[in-house]
Parts: sequence; structure tokens; C-alpha cells
Amino acid sequence: MRDRAGKYAALPLLCLSGALCNCATAQSGGDQQDFALIDRGRYLTVAADCAACHDDPDGHHPFGGGRAIQTPFGNVVAPNITPDRETGIGAMTEAQFDAVLRRGKLPDGRNVYPAMPFPYYTRMSETDVRAIRAYLGTVAPVAHTVASDQLPFPFRIRASMWVWDALYFKQGDFKESPSQSPQWNRGAYLVEGPGHCGACHTPKGMLGGDKTDQALRGYSIQGWFAPDLTNDRPRGLADWSNEDIVEYLASGHNRFAAASGPMAEEVSHSSSQMRRADLEAIAVYLKNQAGATDNDKPLSPKDPVMVAGAAIYADLCSACHKPDGSGVPYLFPDLAASASVASREPTTLIRVVLEGAQSVATAKEPTGPAMPAFGWQLNDAQVAAVTTYVRNSWHHAAAAVSAGDVKEARRTLNAAN
Amino acid sequence: MTTRLPAKDAVIVGLGWTGSILANELTDAGLDVVAIERGPWRNSATDFAPNYAQDELRYRIRHELFLRPAQTTFTFRNKMAQTALPIRNWGAFMPPNGVGGGGVHWNAETWRFLPTDFTLRSHLTQRYGAKFLPADMTIQDWGVTYDELEPHYDRFEYLCGTSGTAGNLKGRIQPGGNPFEGPRSRPYPTPAQQQPFSHTLFGKAAQGLGYKPFPQPSGNLSRAYVNPLGVRMGPCTYCGYCEWFGCANYSKASPQTTILPVLVRKPNFLARDLCEVTRINVDGSGGRATGVTYVDSSGQEFEQPAQLVILCAYTIFNLQLLLLSKIGTPYDPTSNRGVIGRNFTHQTISDVESFFDSSKFIFNPFIASGAIGMCIDEFNGDNFDHGPHGFVGGGYMGQVQTNGRPIETTPVPPGTPKWGAKWKQAVRENYLSALKPGTGVHGSMYSYRDVYVDLDPTYKDRFGRPLARITLDFHENEIRQNRFLTDKFAQIFQAMGAKQVVKQYRLAPYDINDYQTTHLCGGAIMGTDPKTSALNRYLQSWDVPNLFVMGASAFPQNAGYNPTGTLAALAYWSADAIRTRYLKNPGPLVHA
Amino acid sequence: MSHIRRREVLAGTALVLLRQAAAKAGVIAGELPWAPNTESLPTAARPGPWFFFTTAEGAAIEALADRIIPPDPETLGGKDAGCAVFLDRQLAGPYGHNEGHYNAGPFEKGVEQQGPQNPDTPAVTYRKALAALDEYCLHAHGGRSWVELSAQDQDELLHGLESGTVVLPGLDARKFFENLVRDIQQGFFADPIYGGNRDMCAWKMIGFPGAHYDYREWVGRHNERWPHPPVGIAGRPAWNPDRS
Repeated sequence: MRDRAGKYAALPLLCLSGALCNCATAQSGGDQQDFALIDRGRYLTVAADCAACHDDPDGHHPFGGGRAIQTPFGNVVAPNITPDRETGIGAMTEAQFDAVLRRGKLPDGRNVYPAMPFPYYTRMSETDVRAIRAYLGTVAPVAHTVASDQLPFPFRIRASMWVWDALYFKQGDFKESPSQSPQWNRGAYLVEGPGHCGACHTPKGMLGGDKTDQALRGYSIQGWFAPDLTNDRPRGLADWSNEDIVEYLASGHNRFAAASGPMAEEVSHSSSQMRRADLEAIAVYLKNQAGATDNDKPLSPKDPVMVAGAAIYADLCSACHKPDGSGVPYLFPDLAASASVASREPTTLIRVVLEGAQSVATAKEPTGPAMPAFGWQLNDAQVAAVTTYVRNSWHHAAAAVSAGDVKEARRTLNAAN
Repeated sequence: MTTRLPAKDAVIVGLGWTGSILANELTDAGLDVVAIERGPWRNSATDFAPNYAQDELRYRIRHELFLRPAQTTFTFRNKMAQTALPIRNWGAFMPPNGVGGGGVHWNAETWRFLPTDFTLRSHLTQRYGAKFLPADMTIQDWGVTYDELEPHYDRFEYLCGTSGTAGNLKGRIQPGGNPFEGPRSRPYPTPAQQQPFSHTLFGKAAQGLGYKPFPQPSGNLSRAYVNPLGVRMGPCTYCGYCEWFGCANYSKASPQTTILPVLVRKPNFLARDLCEVTRINVDGSGGRATGVTYVDSSGQEFEQPAQLVILCAYTIFNLQLLLLSKIGTPYDPTSNRGVIGRNFTHQTISDVESFFDSSKFIFNPFIASGAIGMCIDEFNGDNFDHGPHGFVGGGYMGQVQTNGRPIETTPVPPGTPKWGAKWKQAVRENYLSALKPGTGVHGSMYSYRDVYVDLDPTYKDRFGRPLARITLDFHENEIRQNRFLTDKFAQIFQAMGAKQVVKQYRLAPYDINDYQTTHLCGGAIMGTDPKTSALNRYLQSWDVPNLFVMGASAFPQNAGYNPTGTLAALAYWSADAIRTRYLKNPGPLVHA
Repeated sequence: MSHIRRREVLAGTALVLLRQAAAKAGVIAGELPWAPNTESLPTAARPGPWFFFTTAEGAAIEALADRIIPPDPETLGGKDAGCAVFLDRQLAGPYGHNEGHYNAGPFEKGVEQQGPQNPDTPAVTYRKALAALDEYCLHAHGGRSWVELSAQDQDELLHGLESGTVVLPGLDARKFFENLVRDIQQGFFADPIYGGNRDMCAWKMIGFPGAHYDYREWVGRHNERWPHPPVGIAGRPAWNPDRS
């Protein structure tokens, strides 16, 4: 690593020589063309999954912006973060970039909406953010004007975000726990920082802020339920080994489950490209999160809803998921061990039954099996029956699904499509 | 106006089994490959979902997954003296359409040919003398041996996860398998499927008669499997909606379930669906292919230039394209000259229905897979002495009943009226206790001078091009073969305890209405002599060295087995030659 | 009955429509194509009055269906099983118009082995045949139409068609009858969504489980009767929690 004096001495010379340079960067620290920094930034961009929001809608122009991010308050559109000077962030200084990611503030002083998970990215160090900036400086500039402000009144008044920030934003770098291992701390950093898992997996209050006392206990987002990642039995990862978690993140599949929907994207863009040691660290951290164990009683098999559900299951589901729900490892999810089945909210279960879903295909697990759709065939009461059946079979005991729940889910899905 | 596209290293016509195999091999070799498929993309969850795939009317009766004759068909006649007429709706065979081709809706019966099948003329001449063979029988040696193909058979079986019991491991006969099969280097990748009641009984009865029954090798897997490409399959659930249908739970080997998930991820691969190749283009000399011309679903024409053209369409589509592109000399049966269209064959199929005491036998025929069954091979190929019998060839036979789908499976004893109260009662009484194997006797069809394909003089396809014309009839040799085999087959059902056995011999004339498997073969055959074959032993065109033609169209005659295992092995064999020899030094691989 | 309601519900929604939009040539690269709501759903028979037959024709087909598959105490006959409805919907659809067949001329008469070479579609043929049948009856049975004949007379007439002794002008009556028997019997055994096999009566008659897809636990259970009621694409009564 070069010393500071060396860096500052070199850059003004470059500017004077008329060489093409981004004079704004001359004011910053760090050599923006240092390979190690750039590659670190590339990796962090993968871990933070910037592409998931910031890629253009077709996926042809990385980081070109324009995707609408659904929030409970309306759509927020992700900006262009390529180095284009007019429409991207090419003219932004390092300090300004850092302020966006770690303090939730735009260069003109307006507040960032937390659809951009800055409450998590704040935990990244200044160096890490600088590295991301360095990497983003090397991607192809895309001329793409994005109108970011598309929330309805009153949410589009960014100024009011200061209230939200006061309630929910705790700025500051990640603090290591000295009593924990380096591996645990690395996992914690990744989960609570760039990985921003809680952005989907932590329940939120009415204003969309995290309920920090229920961290990682599951949340319904974009028509899917991001499951509990604590050691909850049966709703969380209690029955998963560290290796199960690593496999799932690396390939999208393990002996129990298959990643689909938003998690399929996450695996595809982010965790399948992360180092195995980092995935192992994440597993260590997650397996250390205490979980509850409920002793809820399942619905009686004699209940008419369960009887109907059992009939539907035998005729439609068992040919893949087997009569005992165990599925086929890496191909058909194990319903008996499924967090999506056992979750408090049956959002994922209902929508997957109605509309089907394709699981992620990765280099390690290229098959990409897909669940077919049953919404055209089963009415609301029947979908409610079969989902209630799986939620109350094979040691599961979860709230029944009503026909009204299904009707509402159909409405949401139709609106989204 | 034809749009000329950027050149590719290789263009593959048809994305079925051989197209998928070749695309995967060539992309692995670093080539930039495009595959062009006439039909639509299809896949399990959206096209064969387990909540509507089980529709006999739609898929078996109305042929929904197959090519529409309106899109292309063939004309047919038994004899040269007749006028060929269009096949207006399919009957005797079911041409595939769409990504996956026949691999989507096949039975998944996965056989190897016998070693002697590949050296047929030499072998039969040596054993019985040249005069034993009919004068107009045009069987030939293939130019490749079983031993050369063995590693490639193995490769295909491990790609598919084929379920079976080996009968011959490196020369040692194994109990429970086919004692007649050629030696295999290792066991099947998964164990044989379980056999339902009637199939098991057949095996026992066959054993009692001194035969050596074995389970049919099945691409409907007995257990979950991950193949060498990392693609996973599930276990077959014996649903009885196999052949004619797509598999809904990833348990039937098909391009979709074994290759395509890996293939489509490669940056050097692209597939176009709903695009029909209308011509293989050759340069002025006629000795080099420059690419293909195709038409998309809007009718727009495109030219796809390529260094290498691999023709991977179904048998007759290959022939039609070669004839229309004027590649290779068309076969003329009168002068016995030319190669394209020569040695065209089908299969010699017959059935035996049997009726059992319904108070003693409940067969549940609906519990089955497409490749279920106990079979015997004593009467296949030259596995027995034909001397006393006056014919050559043979086939496997077995209780291979794949389904109890009621529209096609309501057997009633002979003499039962075809409608009315008596018919209804007979159907009611016999459904669970009658057997109808279907392709129970699966006999060979050898090739003849007057059985061939050429272009029709009258009927045209939707582009105004001549349809292919099939001239096909049974010869005495196959009729005798079938009578002999069917009689043997019937004896086994008798031994099972049937109260009535009804033989349904295969009789001439060949009938285009009656389904007899889709195993059309030949017409662009491989061989050692360019005067009597279209391809050399690597499936490379003798006339156009940068054109290779895959599929059963390469078979000089058809053996007594389903063809897919062999055409897939040939595809791997050819791909190996392309990768290890042709690409390093493009040009003829064999100098005749 | 809840079962009929189910059919109506299904027929009134997506099942009736061919979900797949007109297919367009596409490119497959990079990943396996998948999108929600792209299934190729079956086209169920919609309930209601005849789509193809006139009232008189419908009555004639019903009577034909009841001779081909007569009712008996155990199982419905062709008419009550819905075979005429099945045929009506089929003739109104692609089958009736030989859609997808090679329909270009010239139409020459060949040998039987060369397959049908009839320019008349099933829709045309049925119309002609039913008219000819009534015409025949009016002459041969003292002014009575086909539906007015006794069951015995009807059977006798049908035997005549089958054997070729009853000739109907303008068509191959023998072939027509052969196809009619086939069509009615197909309607009897097809999935009930197509209009016939009402309440899966035909499947119950023979002991066919229908659309059931998983027999792993039964492959080894030899010589045992399958104990469960059949299921179709539209399900079975047990799927409904509210049935008593």
C-alpha cells in the first residue's frame, strides 16, 4: 500500500499533465485505480447485491438504474450508478458517495429512502465503501436518465425522512464482538452490513423500520415471505446444519429447500459468487441466533379442511413431494422441513401454489426445477385446504389459511402481473 | 428478402436428442453454436404440469405434442405402381415437434443393438449363405462395430440415469439381465424399475418355459439421480401417462431433464424456436455447406452461415431436407443408383391380447411406466438358428404394457360387439383382468430395394416445396418373422394362466392408419461405400464433408429394438470424431 | 351438486381459454425460460346449449349415444354421461374442422391403407349423416324420424349401418358409423372436463383411477384392488371442504 504522501503527490501531477482524470477524485484519498481496491469493491458489490436493484430492467446494462423497487408505500426507482457524468454518479465525490451509503444523505442534502438499505450499509467501513466506489468507477458508463421520485404523496416528501431516520437509523461502523470468533464476526459483518439480510428477513413496523427486537424473524415482501433465519423450530433454520446453509447460499439448493423468487435473484447475483469461507461465516453467525420453539398444536387430521387438503395433496402434490412431504433432495423441496410452509405468514406458500415458481439455476445446481401453477385449477377454498393441510402435517403446526387469504393473494398477484 | 445473420461456428438443425447432444459437445469444444428448432420451447412445469398432463384425449388422441401434418407431412403408398397420397392425419408413426423432439414423449425404452446387428450382412451371409437372404433385401454392414460404440452407449445411459439390470458385464453373463446383450463395461447407473403384477407374472411364466426374462431398460428412473452434467432427475411414479405425453415430475430422461439446463447457460450457445430450416445451403461446387436458410413464425427468411452444419432432425425431415437441398444423389429403385432415400425401414410390431379370470386376477394396468416390462430376447437378431424357419431377423418381446388409459385400453374378447349393452358389459368385466401389451412383439424390419423415400410429384408443403414420399410395404421375410415371434409370445400368456389368448399378427399390406412405433429409420445411411451409403462411419456426408447427419436415418436397416439408445450412441461417437479429428483438420474423415 | 358447480367454475375461468398466446419465434439463451401464467391449459367444454348441433341434431346424437352405450342400473348411458355434449364441443372445435390436418388437395381415392382422403371434415360429415339418417328413417319407417323409432328398431338400423346393408346417399355410411362409435366411446372415457364421462361414471365402471399420478406405493401390491375413487383434471368431491 502506498503512503498518503505518495498518493497526494502523484495525483496533482496527473491533473496538470492534462491526462484524463476525474478531478473530483483528486480530492479524495485512495488510488481509485488500485487493483486490490477495485477487486475488493467488486466483491463487496456482489455481497451487497447492488445489481439486484441497480441493474437496468432488462439486465443488459449493469448498474444502469431504472428498476422499480416495490415498497409498502409505493415504488421507488433505483438510480443509475454507472460512472456516466450526466445521468450516473460520475460527478459524485467519494465523500458524497460515502454519505449516501453510510448516512442516507444525497449530495444535495435530501434524504435517501430506506429502500436503499443504508441502515445496513452504514455498518460498512469507509474503506469498504471507497472500494465499492472504485469498482463502480470501472464499469461501463450508461447514459440513462432515471426519475427516482415516484412515491405518492406524502411519502415523496424526502424531508420527512428525518423522522424515520431518528427512529430507525443508527449510523455507525460495525463493531466487532471481542468475545466471538473472527469467523462469527465476519459472518455478523456480512449479514448485518453489506448482505443486508434483515432488509427482507426482519419484520418491520408501520413506517417500514426494522423491529430490531425481532431481528431476522421473517417478513412479507414483494408477495413473498422471507423466512425466519434464526434457530426457530420449525419456522427457521433449527434443522439446518452449517453445511446446509452454505450449500443453499452457494447453489440455491440443499437437501431441504430451493431458492425461488427474490431469493433466487439473490443467490444468482450475490451469494453464489461469494467465497466459501464467507458463506461459512454467515452460517456460523446465523446458527448462533437464538430461536423460539413453539408448541402449537396442529389442526386435527379429521377437520374437514384437513381431509379435503389431504385428498388434494394425494392427487396433486404427492407425485413430486411424496406422501410424507419429504420431496426429493435438491429437486423437490422437503415440505416437512420447509420454513416457507411453517412461516407465520403463508404468503410464499399460497403464491407458489397459485402461480408456481422457478427455482434458481446455478453452475453448481443447474437443474432449475420449477413448481407448476395450481391457481387455474383449484378454487380459493381448495387452495386454502391444501395449504392448511401442509401447514399442519408432519410436525408442522401453523395457522390455517382461509379462502379469503387466497382471494387476497390472487388479487395481489394479478395486480403485480 | 432474406436477412443474413452473423456467422456461427456450427448450426444445428433440430433440438431433440441428437441436437442437444451435439450442441453440448461442440460448445464444450469451444465452438459458437446456434440450434434452430421448428417447434416451440417446452418444459416440464409449464407444458407437462402434473395437473393437466394426464389428458388422454388431448395428448394421445388429438396428438397435441406432435407435429401438425398441416405444417409438414409425407405422402405414402405401398408399392411403386400406386399413386402416393398425403398422410392427412398421423397414424402409423408420430413425428415429433418442439424442443426435446421425440425425447419429450418417447417411452424411454433404452436398448442397445446386438453386436451382430452392426455387421448384419457379413454375419448372416457367413452363417446361412448368401442365398438364404431374399434377393431384393439390401441390408448392409454399418461400418462401425458394437465395441466401438460401447463407450458411447455407456455415456448416453449415464446421461439418462437409465434403470436396468446388466446382462453381460465385460463378457461375463449376469443373472437377471439380458444374456444376449453385447458386453457392457459397467452396470446401469440405476437399478431396474419395479415391475407391476402382470409384468412380473409374465417374467415368471417365461422363466417356466425356459427363457431368461429381464426388466426392460428404462429411461423412467427407478430412483433420484444426478447425471455427469450435474443435472438432477426424480424417481418415476408409474403414472401410466408416459409415451405420447411429457413427464410432469422430471423422472423421464429427455433433453430437458438431462442436457438443456446446462446447455442454455453456456455463453456460446443460442437456440431459436419456432423457426423452420428450409434449406441447407451449399456453395457453387456443391461440396461445401455454407449454412442454412430458415423461416421464422412471421414468415421472415434468414440465412445462418456456419462452418459446420449438423442435421439433427427426425428421420424423414432429414431426408426431405437433403433431397430439397440437392445434397447427395437421390435414390432410384429402378436403377438401384443413388443414396438419399435408400434403405428406408420401420418396425414389425404385433400384439397379443389375453383375458384372465377376473375373480383371480386384478392387473391394475394403469400402474406402469413407458419402459416397464419383463422381456425376453431369445428371438431377437440372430440369437437363434433361423435355418429351419426361412426368415432372418427377430425382436424382443415382453409384457410391456405401459398404461391402462381407457380410451385406447378396453379389450374385449373376440366376437364381442363393438357397441351396445354387450360391449359395455364386456368392457366392464374385462378391464382389470385383460392384458394388451401394445408393442409386445418388437421385431426388426430389414431393408429392401423397393422400400424407400423420394420427393412427391404432386403434393406440396406450406412453402410450396414437394413433400417427401414414402414407398413402404412388408415383405414376406418380416411377415414370417412376425408370425413365428407372435406364436412364441402367445405361448407365454397361455402359460400365465390366461383363459383366452388372441394373437394379432402383423399382416401386409403396411397400413398407415395403424400405430406401429415412430421408429422410421434409414434413407441417409452410414456405410463404407459412397455408392450405397450417404454417410461415412462418422455420420459425415460423403458429398459435403462439413455436413454431418444424425439420427436413425443413418441406420442401414432397423434391428429388433427401439432406436434411441443407438442413435444417441452414434451421436456421441460422431461428436467425438468431430472434436478429436475433424476440428483439427476439417475435411473428409474417411477416404473411400 | 358441488361437483357440477366445480365444472362450471372451472369452465367459466381460465380452463376455457387457451392460456397460451399465439406463439412467436423466440431465442433461448442464458437461462431456462420461465414466466408465470404461461401454461398450456386444456380447453374444457363450456356448459350450455349446443354449440354445433341444432336442437334436432342434438336429440338425434343423444339417441345414438344411448344405443351405442345403453344405460343400465350400474352405469349411465351415453346420453346421460354427456357423450353428445362431448361430441358437440369437439365438432365445434379443432376436431370438427380437421384443424392441423393436411387439408390440401387433390383429394384422390386411394386404398384403405393410405388413410382417409375425405375433403369433408367431421363437422360436414356429421351434418350430412344426421340429415341422411332422418331421411332414411322417414322412408323406411313410415314417416318417423330417427328419434321416434323404438330402441329395437334403432339397434337394427345401426347394425345395418355397421354391416353396410343400410346405405346412406352421399356418404360412406359404414365409415361414418365406425367413427361415430369411436367418437361416442371416446367421450365416454375422456376426462369429464370435455363434457362426457359425467361424474367419472365410465372410470368408475371399469375401476380406472383417472388423473392420479403417483403409484409408487402400489407397484409392489400385486393383485390388490385400487380402493380410491377416481380423480379428474377438475378434481373429485373429496377436494371440497364443504361437502357433507
